[in-house]
Amino acid sequence: MIHNDKISVKVTNIKKTFRLPHEQHSGIKQLLINYIKGIRGYEVQKVLNGVSFEIKKGEFFGIVGRNGSGKSTLLKLIAGIYKQDSGSILVNGSLTPFIELGVGFNPELTGRENIFLNGALLGFNNQEVRSMYDEIVNFAELENFMDQKLKNYSSGMQVRLAFSIAIRSKSDILLLDEVLAVGDANFQKKCFEVFDQFKKEGRTIILVTHDMNSVKSFCDRAILLSQGKIISQGNSKEVSDSYNFQNIEKKVIKESNFKNPIKINKITVTSPSQTSNNSFTPNDELKITLNCRALYSTSRPIIGITVSKVDGLKIFEVNTNMDRLDISTLDKGDYLKVDFRIQNILTDGEYIVTYNVRDEYGNLYSGENDRTSNFYVKGWDYTDSLTHPVSSVKIQINKTGEE
Amino acid sequence: MYLNKIFNKKNTVLLKALIVTDFKLRYQGSSLGYAWSLIKPLFLFAIMYIVFGLMIRIGSIEHYAVYLLVGVVLWNFFTEATQQGMNSIISRSDLLRKISFPKYIIVISATFSALINLALNFIIITILILLNGIQIGSSLAVLPLYLIELYLLSLGLAFFLSALNVKFRDTSHIWEIVMQAAFYATPIIYPLSLIADKSNVLAKLIILNPVAQSIQGVRFSLVTKETATIFTYFSNPLFMIVPIIITLSVFIFGAIYFKKSSEYFAERV
Repeated sequence: MIHNDKISVKVTNIKKTFRLPHEQHSGIKQLLINYIKGIRGYEVQKVLNGVSFEIKKGEFFGIVGRNGSGKSTLLKLIAGIYKQDSGSILVNGSLTPFIELGVGFNPELTGRENIFLNGALLGFNNQEVRSMYDEIVNFAELENFMDQKLKNYSSGMQVRLAFSIAIRSKSDILLLDEVLAVGDANFQKKCFEVFDQFKKEGRTIILVTHDMNSVKSFCDRAILLSQGKIISQGNSKEVSDSYNFQNIEKKVIKESNFKNPIKINKITVTSPSQTSNNSFTPNDELKITLNCRALYSTSRPIIGITVSKVDGLKIFEVNTNMDRLDISTLDKGDYLKVDFRIQNILTDGEYIVTYNVRDEYGNLYSGENDRTSNFYVKGWDYTDSLTHPVSSVKIQINKTGEE
Repeated sequence: MYLNKIFNKKNTVLLKALIVTDFKLRYQGSSLGYAWSLIKPLFLFAIMYIVFGLMIRIGSIEHYAVYLLVGVVLWNFFTEATQQGMNSIISRSDLLRKISFPKYIIVISATFSALINLALNFIIITILILLNGIQIGSSLAVLPLYLIELYLLSLGLAFFLSALNVKFRDTSHIWEIVMQAAFYATPIIYPLSLIADKSNVLAKLIILNPVAQSIQGVRFSLVTKETATIFTYFSNPLFMIVPIIITLSVFIFGAIYFKKSSEYFAERV
């Protein structure tokens, strides 16, 4: 067992593969045909490939990643729904057995009957459910609907009811898969109050999500999964930044075989009338500076920056080639400073600056894009569109209708 | 010790909830509701009585309509328990994929629903026995043993079939055919003496089937001492152990196979 009682979940080198059958039909005929032809009727997909981490007691822990990164599989392994191929999962304390709200809800039963059924899934007998019944109904704000069938509930009502039951669980560790994706702002607020309460009680919460806002505002720590491996772990700010970053880097046009010869040490965003740190007003001039150093000698590289919305949508790219600037030759160890001056045509929001280095033919160099910079724009109150290009507007009013 | 673990509070609470839900939903929306559980066997008896009591007579067994009803009711239980058990894992896939709990609870709850139905049918059977003025003697004492035998066999098969059905969906269709054949291979609508007249060996084989043993046993203790049992065809009474051994082997094999496969139900259903 786990000796350190401060650790609540310890995952060590977990591996999990799934068999994906080629034919949707899993029948005896297909099995015979496959056997005779000597083919495997399935493909093996590695979902988790050596994942290890520890969650401390009382921690709010996030598991993030893109679709198909293995995050839900990981949660199901911790919950004991799936069984790992190898590796170990040690759990210190009791665990909620469910990973989704309202599991086992039956639309043909009334709200009241569903409370008892769902309570049974949490291990409560009728008497125990009866004693907490009023609290559940009050919390869900569904006093007048308990004798109606669940199929007549709106989806929001169902979620409220499910959540009110789920939080009665006495377990030390809560597993939640995308719960915050449903429900309105009011419901989310309620969730967070409950989560805060749980944290105070020293219970551990594991949340799977791809909503970076909830990760940043609630998780103490998080891991980022990609293709079955942890590619980033640490405090939630760092992890959510790498998640956003991962989304930007998905389209690599053509990677050169050569390693990036230029290391970017620093990206800074400034402006003449900068009000606060990292916050800029529209129509300002943005100055984005790259401090670089050549790792080995190279000739005519093209250095560029990309500005994207924090959720990954690329807005524009500028590079040294556009201005016909020729960085002729760099020797190993040379320092280089590149200044981009850009009219701020961005509207309110959070943006991220990434860099890219290409060879003289425009091929992107491979290698980790390890340096980014975030900034905010505030003060463009007119639209929620992405940009406001520099434009001029003229108004003419006359009474005659002549052009 | 092991039983303690299987039937701990959490599992029994869940088992109860699943059985109650099943029962609640069975006659959902019908105006007669639970009464159907009693009306159905009553009509079954009426049909048996008209067809086999008044029109066609096979053999000369006393209280033939009640005798038939007992056989059909027990056979229906066997069919219901194995078929519902077989489909239970697949039909509860929503739970399997989202919650971690012992999977056998699902199969047990499915067979329990069949058991509840059997109990309701037995209410009707008891009434008919009283109305027909059938004398019940001390043989009633062994009745539970035959019912336990039939239940264990059904549960063992349900374990095996439900696990197999997750792998091969053809299982349910194959089982349907097997059950149709088995219906005629079991002395339900015909008396065993009819077979014995033609081939004594065949009659011996038929009665060694655990389902036949339990149906004939229940008939013997409830309806008439004319019922043919293992003791009718085998001089050595020890042969009665054969169907029991078959039942226990099926149960143990089914349970082990189920336990082994159940680890992967969540990802395969």
